[in-house]
This record gives sequence, structure tokens and C-alpha cells, in this order.
Amino acid sequence: MADAHDELISLHRQMLLIRRFEEAAARAYSQGKVGGFLHLYIGQEASAVGALATLGAGDSVVGTYRDHGLALARGVTARACMAELYGKVTGCSKGLGGSMHFFDAEKRMLGGDGIVGGHVPVAAGVAFASKYRGERDVTLCFLGEGAVSIGGFHEALSLAALWSLPLIVIVENNEYSMGTPLSRTLSVHDTSEKAHGYGIARDRFHAHDVLEVKRRVGEAVARARETSRPTLIEVQTYRYRGHSMSDPGKYRTADEIEAAKKTDAIAGAELALRAAGLGDAFFAEVERSVDAEVDDAVRFADESAEPGEELIEALTYA
Amino acid sequence: MRELRYREALREALAEEMERDPGVFLMGEEVGYYQGAYKVTEGLLERFGARRVIDTPIAEEGFAGIGIGAAMAGLRPVIEFMTMNFSAVAFDQILNHAAKIRQMSGGQFKCPIVFRGPNGAARQTGAQHSQCFEAFYTHIPGLKVVAPATPADAKGLLKAAIRDDNPVLVLEDERLYGVKGEVPDGDFVVPLGVSALRREGDEATVVTWGKMLPVTLAACEELAKEGVACDVIDLRSLRPLDLGPVLRSVAKTGRALVVQESWPFGGVGAEVVDRIQREAFDALRGPVLRVTGRDAPMPYNKHLEDLTIPSADTVARGVRALLAW
Ligand SMILES: Cc1ncc(C[n+]2csc(CCOP(=O)(O)OP(=O)(O)O)c2C)c(N)n1
Repeated sequence: MADAHDELISLHRQMLLIRRFEEAAARAYSQGKVGGFLHLYIGQEASAVGALATLGAGDSVVGTYRDHGLALARGVTARACMAELYGKVTGCSKGLGGSMHFFDAEKRMLGGDGIVGGHVPVAAGVAFASKYRGERDVTLCFLGEGAVSIGGFHEALSLAALWSLPLIVIVENNEYSMGTPLSRTLSVHDTSEKAHGYGIARDRFHAHDVLEVKRRVGEAVARARETSRPTLIEVQTYRYRGHSMSDPGKYRTADEIEAAKKTDAIAGAELALRAAGLGDAFFAEVERSVDAEVDDAVRFADESAEPGEELIEALTYA
Repeated sequence: MRELRYREALREALAEEMERDPGVFLMGEEVGYYQGAYKVTEGLLERFGARRVIDTPIAEEGFAGIGIGAAMAGLRPVIEFMTMNFSAVAFDQILNHAAKIRQMSGGQFKCPIVFRGPNGAARQTGAQHSQCFEAFYTHIPGLKVVAPATPADAKGLLKAAIRDDNPVLVLEDERLYGVKGEVPDGDFVVPLGVSALRREGDEATVVTWGKMLPVTLAACEELAKEGVACDVIDLRSLRPLDLGPVLRSVAKTGRALVVQESWPFGGVGAEVVDRIQREAFDALRGPVLRVTGRDAPMPYNKHLEDLTIPSADTVARGVRALLAW
């Protein structure tokens, strides 16, 4: 019980860090310090934080362009993440990747991919390598429900099922693919049903409670580790911000967004911790330390050097 | 004549062709309810209805193929790729199906389809979202490829593409969508395979297309102040390729430079250089040069991105290098 309590304290702080980090990223974007596309994860934090809490150091994570939360939950530092957004050489991809392409070889974060669905076979390949070497590591692959229509998703599941790869594919169903609601992109509304066609295990749950996310993803991770069998999971969640910073968001109402915020997982975790006896002083201290970490990351990013021209050709080939 | 933005000119072409031919329909991600990721198709769903303005899931290979089948069966689909980068997912459909149907069927079937969307860099969108596709698509016999640089050509070439009986790729540009220009009234069609002289001068011939046209014109404006006057030729169509005006110009200037945003290896610029050196060899005073995008994936960092895409400065340097020969 004390363990679960300590764990929730840690997961709550991770979720809050992601949220504050992204709020700062959005500010930096409006100041022109961050360019290109910026896809925020705000609202979905419990999904990455709960899921990645199940992993060990040898496991791998592959995600989409909506990758800041994933990287932070994987332990990539706020400094390296913010510096990447600022395009600085101290960033996790040396400033050459930007928001959509967070990589960290040491933390086994293999992108940050910008082509919808294109990373799912790649993730299956990472799982293949673990199995090939006889290691017990697993790979977690994240995608949006909009990616369930594309071929790469299906080919990857088909092969992962056939070859029994230790892959967990997590569809983060945030209800919209850019401006298109799920009902207009898929003929079913439960994307985990796609598992039936491949004969693999499936699960589906809300990301309201970060500990529940951890428990459920943990079952799939254990299955992959013990028996090298893949699982398809749909995590039901919601993004509070636009698809990217340039999305006017006319396809949904303010009321809908407010309603979704009622089940906010960060607020939920706070309530649970308060019920367990923690009070204002504790939460003020968490806010303070998270703010300090984000401020430090912003300062670090601001003061870091730009990547040099010599990297343009140097990084094209190994 | 009216002033229109590039995106409005494209929209007019789509609307007019849909009015003219009930077999013309639009398909792509966010083209309908969202009004287009870059607002090219704004208002068309309201005007033509969901039967003809069709929002697709993210399934480029699927909807490109559906377009190809529909074209074989007599319709005239216009397929929007949100950006050309995502056409890579549909490459098999374009290469092995659209481009081959006519020949493989002994001429019994044709594939009158348009694939359109923004090509090239945007602003700091990184390696996967900044690519030029003209080298890939012009390589393929059976396809036509155009790259309009002005609102008038955006309208006229898109209309010609829709009316053409072959698969045509229309390479637009996100950085041009907001640019305004004069567009002739009425049923304005620019034939495929006709290049255009955009600026006159005796010193050198500069050949380009798409977004590199305004960059090249800016460079030539600066060079004119130094007393260097150039012919600037906008290819407009990359396949079929009309090199008549280029060869005539080189006969006059004896010097030629090709400016392209895409990578240097192979590609349209290399094709143009080969044709000039074979067909205008006697007129040349030195080698034909190229200014190209750098031979590397696009970096996200702003400064490095600027060093990777040709600028007015690099184009001017290219012309000076020609003159120094
Ligand atoms: C192959 C491909 N097609 C289109 C796009 C443009 N695009 C980027 S994200 C996106 C929507 C994806 O929605 P979803 O999969 O639900 O994930 P979310 O963004 O909601 O996390 C689209 C259409 C792309 N990046 N790749």
C-alpha cells in the first residue's frame, strides 16, 4: 500500500511535469523560439506515464510526432527535450529533429516519427531484434486512432502475430484525427477489435487513472516478456489542445473540452493523494519543483548553442 | 483579370472543373468538413456535397488506389495528399498502377487522375515533411508532372491536369498558397508542356520552377542592379518538358544555370543540364551549372534549414560563377 502511494506520488509528478513542460513549449512557440509543427500531449499524460512505468531499462519505446510526453515519461531530461524544441545542439536529437523527432538511444526512445503508421512496422522490428537475440525486452509502440486505417499498422500487427513478437501496440484514442472524429475514420468504434483478425490479445480502457493504465499495460508487458506475444491496446483519452499549434479547432465545442477535463488524470491523482492524507503544502512543493525544472529547461535551451553547419552532411550517413 | 491567392486560384480550378464535368470529384484527408489542411478546398463541401468532396481516413495507399480504379472506370478523381511527403505511402499505386495501366492493357484503359498537394519545404518541419518529389515522379514514363509557381498557372495547369487523360501530379507549395497574383477571367487553361519566359536579359539563362521561381527572380533583380541581366525561364511542366525557350535563350546567352530546391543527385536539373549540353553545345561558353538543395535530409534547426534550401543569395552566387567562367 505504501508502495502504491509512493508510486502515485511519482507518477503524479511526471504527469504534471509533462503538462507544465508543454505549456512552456506552447509559450515558446508563440514567441517564435520553437518552429515547425508542435503537437501537444496535454490531456493524454496518464497514457504515456502509466504505460512507461511498466518498463525496464532494456525495453524500447517508439511513438509518433506527439512525442514530448513519451520522452519525458521515459526519463529523457526536460533540458534535452526543451533544447530539441529550440533546435539546439544540446537537444535529444541535436536540434536536427525538432518536436516530431525525439530520440534517445540511451533511454531506448526510438522516435518521434512523422509519417502516420510508418513507425509501427519499425517498432515490430525493434521487438524482433530482442527476440532474435534471445533477450526478454519488450517494445511499446504508440499511435493515434487515426493511424488504424493505414496499411503499416495492419502489416505490423500481422507479422508481430505470426512471428510472436514482444510488441505492445497502444492506440491512444483521443477521439480526433486532426479535425475528423473517429466515427468518420473507422467502421468500428473500438479499435482494439482489430486484434481479432490477427488472433492476438487485446485490451481497452480509459486513461483517467494512471495506476489503472499501469496495471493494464503491465499485463500486456508481462505477457510479451514471458511468452513473447503481442497485444493491441486502446487507451481512451482526449487532447485538450488543437491537433497542432495551427489548428483552429472548429470541429468541437468548448463544452465538449470542458466535459473531458472533468476526468483529468492529474486532478484525479491529486484527489487520490489528498484522500490518502497529503495536503496543500505537499502539492505547492510539487508545483514549485516542477516549475523550477521547466524554467531551468527553458533557460538551458535558450542559452545552448545552435548545431553547426558541419552536422548537415556528417549526419546523413553513418 | 483579378488578383487571387494561389490557393484561391486552385480552388477556382477545382470548382469550375466540377461544374463542367460531373465525373470530377475530390478525395483526401480533411478536404471537406475541415475545409482543407491548407484551405485549398474551403467551401467546396458546402457547394458540391459529400458525394463529390470526400474526406478520407489516413490511408494514402487505399484512397490513391480507389482513385485509380475509379479513373479506369471512367471517373476523373482529384486526389489531395495533405503534403506530397505522404504520397510516398501511395507510391506503389502511382508507380505500378496509375503509370502502367494504359500500356499494360494495350491501350484499352486509361487513368485520368490528378494527384495534388504541397511539395517541398514548409518552415522547419524537418526531414520527413520537407521533401521535393519531382525527381521521383518525373522519372516515371506514363506520368505527367507540373509545378505551378504563380496563381495563374496554379489555376490553368490544374484545369489542364484534370482534363488530361493521363495521371498528372500537380506539385503545389505551402509557401506559395498565400501569394497573390493576376489570374485571367473565364475558362483559363494553361496547356501542359509549355514553359514560360519570366524575365529577359542577355547575360545568362536561368531555368527553374515552383517555389524557386520567386527566389530566382529576387536574385536576378539584385543582379540587374550590378548590370547583370538574365533570362529566367519557368518550366511550369516538368514532364512533358518544354526546353524550346531554354535552348533559344542559351543560343543568345551562352550560359545556363538550373535552380532547384530538390536534392542534386539525378533529378530534373540533371535532365535539363544533359539536354542543354547536347542540344546547345556549340552556344555554350562553359559548363551548365546548378544551384540545388543540399544533399542531405532537411534539418529542423532554422539556421541549418536556411543553409539547406537555395536562397536568392545562393542563386546570385550561381549566376556570378557562370559569368566568372
Ligand atoms: C501518412 C501520413 N498522412 C498524413 C499525415 C498528416 N497527419 C499528421 S497527424 C494526422 C492525424 C493523426 O491523427 P491520430 O492518428 O488520431 O493521432 P493524434 O494526432 O490524434 O495523436 C495527420 C492526418 C501524416 N503525418 N502521415
